[in-house]
Amino acid sequence: MTDTIRFVLDGKVQEAHGVDPTRTVLQYLREDLRRTGTKEGCAEGDCGACTVVVGELQGGVVVYKTINACIAFLPILDGKELITVESLSADGALHPVQQAMVDCHGSQCGFCTPGFVMSLFAHYENQADGETATVCDALAGNLCRCTGYGPILAAARRMHELPQAPLRGKMPDTITRLKKLQRTNDLALSFTCPLTGTVKRYVAPHSIESLALLVAEYKDATLVAGATDVGLWVTKQHRVLETMISLGDVRELKTITEKNGALEIGAMVTYSDAINALREWNSDIGELIRRIGSVQIRNSGTIGGNIANGSPIGDIMPAFIAAGATLTLRSGAKSREIPLEDYFIAYGKQDLRPGEFVEKVNLPPAAKNLFYRVYKLSKRFDQDISAVCGAFAFHMKDDVIIDARIAFGGMAETPKRAAACEAALTRAKWSQETVLLAASALETDFAPISDMRASAAYRLKSAKNLIMKTFLEWEGHERTRVLDMKATANA
Amino acid sequence: MPDASNNISVESRIKGDVREAVRHDSAEKHVAGTAIYIDDMAPPKDLLHVYIAMSTRANARITRLELGRVRSAPGVEIVLAAEDIPGKNDYSPIAGDDPVFADGEVFYIGQPLFAVAADSIEAGRAAAGLAVIEYEDRQPVVTIADARAAASVLECVEPMRLGDAQAALNNAANRISGKCNIGGQDHFYLEGQVALALPKEDGDVHVYSSTQNPTEGQHVVARVLGKQQNDVVVELRRMGGGFGGKETQPSLFAAIASLVAVKTGRPAKVCLDRDDDMIMTGKRHDFEIEYDIGFKDDGEIEGAAVTLESRCGYSADLSSAINDRAMFHADNAYFLNNAEIQSHRYRTHTVSNTAFRGFGGPQGMMAIECALDAVAFQIGADPLDVRLRNLYARPGRDMTPYGQVVEDSVARELMEELAANAQYRSRRAEIAEFNRCNKVLKKGISLTPVKFGISFTTTHLNQAGALVHVYTDGSVHLNHGGTEMGQGLMVKVAQIVAHEFQIDLGRIKISATVTDKVPNTSATAASSGSDINGMAAREAARTIKGRLASFAAEKYRCAPNEVVFRNNSVHAGEQCISFNDLVKAAYFARISLSSTGYYRTPKIHYDRAKQKGRPFFYYAYGAAVSEVVIDTLTGENRVLRVDILHDVGRPLNPAVDLGQIEGGFIQGLGWLTTEELVFDDAGALKTHAPSTYKIPTCSDRPDIMNIEIWEKGENIEESIHKSKAVGEPPLMLAISAFSALSWAVAAAGDGKAAPRLNAPATPEEILRAVDDVRRRATEV
Repeated sequence: MTDTIRFVLDGKVQEAHGVDPTRTVLQYLREDLRRTGTKEGCAEGDCGACTVVVGELQGGVVVYKTINACIAFLPILDGKELITVESLSADGALHPVQQAMVDCHGSQCGFCTPGFVMSLFAHYENQADGETATVCDALAGNLCRCTGYGPILAAARRMHELPQAPLRGKMPDTITRLKKLQRTNDLALSFTCPLTGTVKRYVAPHSIESLALLVAEYKDATLVAGATDVGLWVTKQHRVLETMISLGDVRELKTITEKNGALEIGAMVTYSDAINALREWNSDIGELIRRIGSVQIRNSGTIGGNIANGSPIGDIMPAFIAAGATLTLRSGAKSREIPLEDYFIAYGKQDLRPGEFVEKVNLPPAAKNLFYRVYKLSKRFDQDISAVCGAFAFHMKDDVIIDARIAFGGMAETPKRAAACEAALTRAKWSQETVLLAASALETDFAPISDMRASAAYRLKSAKNLIMKTFLEWEGHERTRVLDMKATANA
Repeated sequence: MPDASNNISVESRIKGDVREAVRHDSAEKHVAGTAIYIDDMAPPKDLLHVYIAMSTRANARITRLELGRVRSAPGVEIVLAAEDIPGKNDYSPIAGDDPVFADGEVFYIGQPLFAVAADSIEAGRAAAGLAVIEYEDRQPVVTIADARAAASVLECVEPMRLGDAQAALNNAANRISGKCNIGGQDHFYLEGQVALALPKEDGDVHVYSSTQNPTEGQHVVARVLGKQQNDVVVELRRMGGGFGGKETQPSLFAAIASLVAVKTGRPAKVCLDRDDDMIMTGKRHDFEIEYDIGFKDDGEIEGAAVTLESRCGYSADLSSAINDRAMFHADNAYFLNNAEIQSHRYRTHTVSNTAFRGFGGPQGMMAIECALDAVAFQIGADPLDVRLRNLYARPGRDMTPYGQVVEDSVARELMEELAANAQYRSRRAEIAEFNRCNKVLKKGISLTPVKFGISFTTTHLNQAGALVHVYTDGSVHLNHGGTEMGQGLMVKVAQIVAHEFQIDLGRIKISATVTDKVPNTSATAASSGSDINGMAAREAARTIKGRLASFAAEKYRCAPNEVVFRNNSVHAGEQCISFNDLVKAAYFARISLSSTGYYRTPKIHYDRAKQKGRPFFYYAYGAAVSEVVIDTLTGENRVLRVDILHDVGRPLNPAVDLGQIEGGFIQGLGWLTTEELVFDDAGALKTHAPSTYKIPTCSDRPDIMNIEIWEKGENIEESIHKSKAVGEPPLMLAISAFSALSWAVAAAGDGKAAPRLNAPATPEEILRAVDDVRRRATEV
């Protein structure tokens, strides 16, 4: 056990002692290091004012990713490089990202600005382009209430026109320093709260065997992957987590394997890591993931964690259930595989036995005759939680549906298949009439609730209409999605 | 004093003159993370963190409030409730009805009950959870409908009347009535409410408060502490956004921090987290509007009756003035011929709604814009033609319902120029064609104007002060009563002072707003910041400049009017010396180099009993065209293109002004589309964080957004450098997007039934309106 973590900050190895495992990176920065450039706007990873960049050794170079410091626990920094807004102009000169923001009037009140600067900095480091769509995706997790965003988009173009700054990720010094910080043993932290006397433990095993042993031993432990959900238990619900086991260092869980079109996605694979493979599986899933959370959230949040916690509003579940995904659950050396939909028993209740953990999620190959669509309905397109998420997987023979798998999120207390709707469509000829039959069958499948995201009536009505939309798209209708639309050209 | 500097060549201009697109004074600090907000200040020794416990009931008597276990919890220094207030338990701006801590009764969920000051916020929050609280519930009045049914009225006011509206309606060739509900809006300033109080000798207190109104903060703190106003200093360098949400609300937090500081002798900070902030503090008023319009066959309005109902929350706050402003803008840019404008202000058991950019104006304007769309729909005309036909025009069509003559209308010029630039007519035809060819997606386009009255409608608030020091090296210290919330006020006023002295902007030091430098100031609100503080600062600078000119005239033996300040130099007859040298010489000659400046807006007056007068010094104008697309299966929608032409008079700083125009538009777009406040039946706000309350993101900005400052703009009144206020008016340009959405909904019904769209036009609301219009179309 130790109480110390080490990471690189401004070119030096920084040691943090007496680490409370649920202290956030933001609290540590603002209160302990008095680096107050990084701001708290919401403490739930939704506004981006706390955005910092974390560098991780991958294949001999440092890869930089933005995260929300407000919900990231301090121990995740161990062995990594942390870059904050103060780091960028440490030598007195503004980084091109900062200079571009100044030149383009990209700040007004300035409170969100450090977060935007860090998102743009990661964009710069990753040599991404200045196209509006790309930049909007990169900035979807940063809210600005003053500018209306135009000047910030202009800065994202302008930064590439300024004299180039050296890319940090390729600097030999950084690589050397980070290599020295890599642990061969498991990180195990222990912390006693001076006020309450509570002891908190945090262990980050390196292998799946070690993880399995720990999960078996500490049956009450909280498993943490990206902490984009667990972080909020602490910052919003003010829960005390006494024992945490991090999946973050388990190599076996970080891989995606592709075999003849089938995908095996390890529980520690983040949305960012998975997006390309899943976009290839189906472009609608790629688009869905683009709209899950923000870059910051997708850089931390994992598909496995999202499934494991059984959130009724996770968007990936209906998409995967319709796709026929299965879940591999592991206990000790034993594994079992279940259909993904069977994992969700009731609200807050999953088919996860004591000592068991989610190892991976498996997606079958997309067959040639598969017609697949997934739609996410929300108040806002980016960084919002679905009111309704509907996924449709039809295996077709000409215009007959041989097999239909339909799943919805937001319609019940868990992600759920629409059995009656599927029955109405299976072996049916795909037509306007079958659409209407299938739509009315949805009333058998679901009795959604009203909440702040949508009313029950809207949920049911729009879910029905999504069946029609799927049909129209199968028929080859163009112009069915507002996101694909452009303004009327000048005559 | 003659001002020759307006006509000089560019080469001999100072750096950072008025009209230059100078960057925000803090821009480099913003991007480097070195701009200091209150929560960034180095924590003083022994700092206490204050947690505020809130009511969980909307309307109840408190039958039990036991705080013993809270007081004895670890880390707790002091717990304060209503009985611990030495002065008056009230932080209200006017009416005396906002208790700092609930006293026996609670009137909204989120109302402060007591405060816990502890070594950490976690300790304070944990301790607060140990309180024993029991309530005796009463039925809460939550919605406007509840309040109407319960006759829960906050204030009654006379209608505004022009001519005889009822007779005109009865005799009109055509008549149409309708209604629209308009949701409220949370400010969602990125920096939450925060105050840091430092105890001083004699029980005085110095408060750093994130506030648009330091003077009111000072007054409230003194009132709550039972002290004189001169015992309290309130200071603020910058806010992380305000938008009206930091006009009256910060007084509560300044007062609580001050109470703790004075009671304990330790510095105390209140820094709300996002959820507490959104639950505890006021928002934009939601409205239900009704219109009844009589009009000629060509759409010309003969008479209009407009009723504006609003949810004010549990107390008055600024609701009187906000609802007044809604009435003042129910005409927008249109001559109504005969009008009656009624306002019903309801008291509800929800948070007291407050100032928000536009201050009721946007809601009033929505009434007439909805009405004109309905008129255009009824007669099958292009709504732009109906709007143009009804604009104020001189003479004869220039009288507002409140008796002010519109002398400066430029709406027609703006709208026609914009329609041409944006090719509104041809695009509208193409959109009609698109709608004929597409079943699922429908488009809409609309061009709407904005006419916004500039001045506080509470006349006495239209005054401002400034303090300018010139130091012996020629550098200048500038202070005034305005506050910086990101809108660029500080740099604009500094440009005005630089221009006056004819020295580079870099020679002017911008300083924190503080109540012991410039007293008795008004809130930075009503878009008035640069208008009134700029004038006051110019007056201060002119006083010093006058002294310097007299001194130079005497020293160099010329007439005072032969002394000209130009580009960091002073020309006195044949002599030319640097500004700095003249200042130094003046100091040795014992000339005062410091002055206050003061300004009050001329010409304005208003009689609220009669609802007549001239509340506004002038009007600011703008116009926007929005093109939208909706999905008739899901209600999803996007704004595809926006073109804006906006009148800022002669701009003080075009870059800052453009920022206000674009930012205002997008904020207005959020209000009318994605931002939905949801209260449950018990009166609890369910959307109190960005996870559930959705302000626009980057991708919600239309792909095409053409924004131009109107080149012909010029204020006909003697405003500061002929500029016009720009803070609030652009927000209302977003009504064009709402109107376009409404036309897209109409297209979904094949033009047979008029659309009935409410705001915010979320996907759910649009789908509802589409289904409604289709159902009624089949009934026709």
